[in-house]
Amino acid sequence: MPWETVIGLEIHTQLATCSKIFSGSAIMFGAEPNTQAALVDLGMPGVLPVLNQAAVQMAVRFGYAIGAEIASHSVFARKHYFYPDLPKGYQISQYELPIVGRGVVSLVSEDGATKSVGVTRAHLEEDAGKSLHDVFGGMSGIDLNRAGTPLLEIVSEPDMRSAAEAVAYARKIHRIVTCIGICDGNLQEGSFRCDANVSVRPLGQEQLGTRTELKNLNSFRFLHKAIQFEVVRQINILEEGGRIVQETRLYDAERDETRSMRSKEEANDYRYFPDPDLLPLVIDADFIATATTNMPELPDARVARFQQVFGLSAYVADCLTSRRALADFFESVVAFCGDATLVANWVLGEFSATLNKADLALAEAPVSAADLAGLLRRIQDQTISGKIAKQVFAAMWQGEGTADAVIAARGLKQVTDTGALAAWVDEVIAASSVQVANYQAAAAEKRPKMIGFFVGQVMKKSRGKANPQQVNQLLQSRLG
Amino acid sequence: MLLPSAEVNRIAQLARLHLQPEEVSGLQQDLSAMLALVRQMQAVDTQGVQPMAHPLAMVQRLRTDQVTEQNQRAAYQAVAPQVDEGLYLVPRVVE
Repeated sequence: MPWETVIGLEIHTQLATCSKIFSGSAIMFGAEPNTQAALVDLGMPGVLPVLNQAAVQMAVRFGYAIGAEIASHSVFARKHYFYPDLPKGYQISQYELPIVGRGVVSLVSEDGATKSVGVTRAHLEEDAGKSLHDVFGGMSGIDLNRAGTPLLEIVSEPDMRSAAEAVAYARKIHRIVTCIGICDGNLQEGSFRCDANVSVRPLGQEQLGTRTELKNLNSFRFLHKAIQFEVVRQINILEEGGRIVQETRLYDAERDETRSMRSKEEANDYRYFPDPDLLPLVIDADFIATATTNMPELPDARVARFQQVFGLSAYVADCLTSRRALADFFESVVAFCGDATLVANWVLGEFSATLNKADLALAEAPVSAADLAGLLRRIQDQTISGKIAKQVFAAMWQGEGTADAVIAARGLKQVTDTGALAAWVDEVIAASSVQVANYQAAAAEKRPKMIGFFVGQVMKKSRGKANPQQVNQLLQSRLG
Repeated sequence: MLLPSAEVNRIAQLARLHLQPEEVSGLQQDLSAMLALVRQMQAVDTQGVQPMAHPLAMVQRLRTDQVTEQNQRAAYQAVAPQVDEGLYLVPRVVE
């Protein structure tokens, strides 16, 4: 039986504020345990939460970025459960009236097809602390530094139909929240956390299958693998006549499998109700206008502009805008040297590959936009070939100076002197009598391919420095 | 209508209250009386009435995003039953 996969994601983005959502504690990552946990965060009696304006502004920015309705009136609610890293016994969240309503994001696949995924809602809430087990024999250690960190939980519609689509959606949300500056997007540090609701149903069936919720997905790769594993697991169970249990499953990256969390004694009953410590949050047009000033160009708009202004394909434009810094870098290089297609190839190819290999952030790259443009200009004016340019680039990366300095120091300037080229061409022809005979006996339409052999030989003799176009012309006239 | 004792026990479990068996019947009476009051209120026609989230006719004031709290871990942990390496220790919660 053909099965259809249905996926919805809940993404927790940590908002890039200075202080917590309801207290004036700092939220620096990696601080000593409990040094950023004040009375409100500890859930002491008699304290009151006071809402952080920046967290609200960031939620509004997100809503604006996805074209969602921003609630003029939203309410904070208490979500009750007992766990030692939640000292109050409830998490302050939003339930019936979230700050951000329905919105939509669009995804572009490699073949250029687009797909829309609905965002059901996004709401503000506080994070819990962290528990450390297995360290203090028989006890759990509690660090409340993270308790009260502002989160925006973004809930999608069950609109995705494959692991690849789920990853594309997660990447898109990641791109938006980092672009508009509300989240640092650091998956390793937990600033961007994905939970996936996964179910399968017979293809064509309207009703959704029973879903499981996958947690512990701290990279896009794990998100992809966990969903793939879970889909196969569910289909196997159903095909053997079993049924899916609605439960939370943890992804184990080492074993590449999902495992049921120890089943709870009874189903969750969070007993939500409006938090009497917080008044309704009212957002007017002025507040929205203030929150959305200085909005950067959004990823979708930038993709469209890159296509129109630079004549790039939807896919290349999408890749370039995957990170705001990368897109900025691309535009700086283009400003220096003009040829957008050449720049796109280099920025997405050699430059990104070298950056990834060195495991550096873009800001740490030893080759600046101006440096790279300097190199590409030497390809444009035919001082060097694209192949030699890669050597020059590697040398620039190692700190050997600008493109011009490297080309001069290493004597890599392309040979365009017809005399020198002709000498190499004649040597190659003299040494390849068999290939020459074959070439001359071949039909005209086969010749362009066959000439590649001779060009290759000449390039070899010149150690890559011969101008390929000129060599080609010379060969054609010599071989007749 | 009397709330079943199983419901009372479930509510106690959710609130992490350790009820003695002899306490259950009294709570059955009390909780049932509260629910009867709620049922009576539910008879009121609330069509078109916006639910009230808070009895005060005011809106939430916002705080400027500034760090105002300093590290006072030593003072807070002085009253904690058990701490180690800066962590609050509690009975282990997972096996």
